Amino acid sequence: MKSYLRSAVAVYAKDMRLEARTKETFSAVLAFAVIVAFVFGFAFDPSPSVVALVGPGIVWVAYVFTGILGMNRTFAVERDRGTLEGLLLAPVGREAIYAGKLASTTTIMLVVEVLLYPVFLVLFELNLFNIWFVLVTVAATVGFSAVGTLFSAIAAHTRAREILLPLLFLPIVLPVIIGAVASTSAALAGDGWDGVGKWLQFIVAFDLVFLVLSSWAFDFVLEE
Amino acid sequence: MTTNATPEVPSLAIDVQGLSKSFGRMAALRKVDLQLAYGEGLALFGHNGAGKSTLIRTLTTLIRPDDGTVRIAGFDRESQASNIRSIIGYVGHQSLLYDDLTPRENLRFYAKLYGLPDAHDLVERSLAEVGASSYADRRVRVLSNGMQKRVAIARALLHRPRVLLLDEPETGLDQGGLELLDTVVTAVKQGGASVVMATHGTERALALAERAIVLADGRVSLACATSETTVDAIQQAVLAERGASSRSGAQA
Repeated sequence: MKSYLRSAVAVYAKDMRLEARTKETFSAVLAFAVIVAFVFGFAFDPSPSVVALVGPGIVWVAYVFTGILGMNRTFAVERDRGTLEGLLLAPVGREAIYAGKLASTTTIMLVVEVLLYPVFLVLFELNLFNIWFVLVTVAATVGFSAVGTLFSAIAAHTRAREILLPLLFLPIVLPVIIGAVASTSAALAGDGWDGVGKWLQFIVAFDLVFLVLSSWAFDFVLEE
Repeated sequence: MTTNATPEVPSLAIDVQGLSKSFGRMAALRKVDLQLAYGEGLALFGHNGAGKSTLIRTLTTLIRPDDGTVRIAGFDRESQASNIRSIIGYVGHQSLLYDDLTPRENLRFYAKLYGLPDAHDLVERSLAEVGASSYADRRVRVLSNGMQKRVAIARALLHRPRVLLLDEPETGLDQGGLELLDTVVTAVKQGGASVVMATHGTERALALAERAIVLADGRVSLACATSETTVDAIQQAVLAERGASSRSGAQA
């Protein structure tokens, strides 16, 4: 367990240091997210009634699209630069590599998502500074990352990875997207735990199932 | 790092039996047998595509063989791959270094992955051994190929491997780097570890190794002690096999 944690933290710290230094993924993902938000801003009349109806969907479509963009790079960067072999040659469990990568992907996504809060506030007058929405964001993002990190490793082995990742990823995370949109609607309507609770529990259950499954499957994915 | 005990005193550092590997319909290795004792060096020769890199990458556990057994220091590749990874060092075609980290940061990262207890000292010692201390705080992306290769060698030596696997390690090295490589290989062997070196540098490899193998189309076409062969004999064997391979390829 100590070895697992040490290795996972090492991978996470390395990824964060690289990202802090290059900002390659962060800047691309944030720019894309803002563009998506602006496109929706022009596509819909941001009147309160329309925003109440489609706002949660817009938020999560923006988050999912940007998440796919970010997750595409999780293993592609390691593979393109040949450093994936360095990870695979180390005497550490594959699940520790998965955990480190999952944590770094989740961190980058969460930072971008939080930075979008004011963008949605300005464009749609959608106040996402809500404790229930924050909880939903964290739970759903962990779910996206749990699935996305696994599929990013699969897609990184292929030439058409930019196409393959969304094709694999979206059908699997559909339950999380549905749960996130429904619970966001409830949270923004001020329903509190009564409205958000069942969906939040559903998303957390999804997270747990896919954290275990993806962690287990990761070993096979990385085999040549 | 994995803490499983070494199986009872294995007499061979590397024991490969009947190793075969195909990529699609192309056979890269065909029934390769290979034994190497501790402290010995093996020079691996062959034309491009002969199977040298596939053999070395199979020994590293990066490639899963289709058939045959691989045991490194007594550890079985199928059931004890993690143990094998903890005792091998590998220098391949790519440096396995992160471009936007410095050599020192790269080595510290790998030291953490390997769970090395005295990581700081080992990192500094490895950098000094390859003469990379002076540029250890520059980003890898600004280093020349030769400098990166030196750091890659330091990375491979970091955890003091018992088996060092080198795949054309001389690529990108200048004369000073080549002399350093000779020193490293000699020191590693004197320390009791084994070295396998795939190379086109026949003369250098024969001087460093005790045994030589020529691979051709995935088969061992010549195996001998380096003391019983010459540079010309090895080069002729490689050329003959390349010619035969070209002819059979053309006929196919």
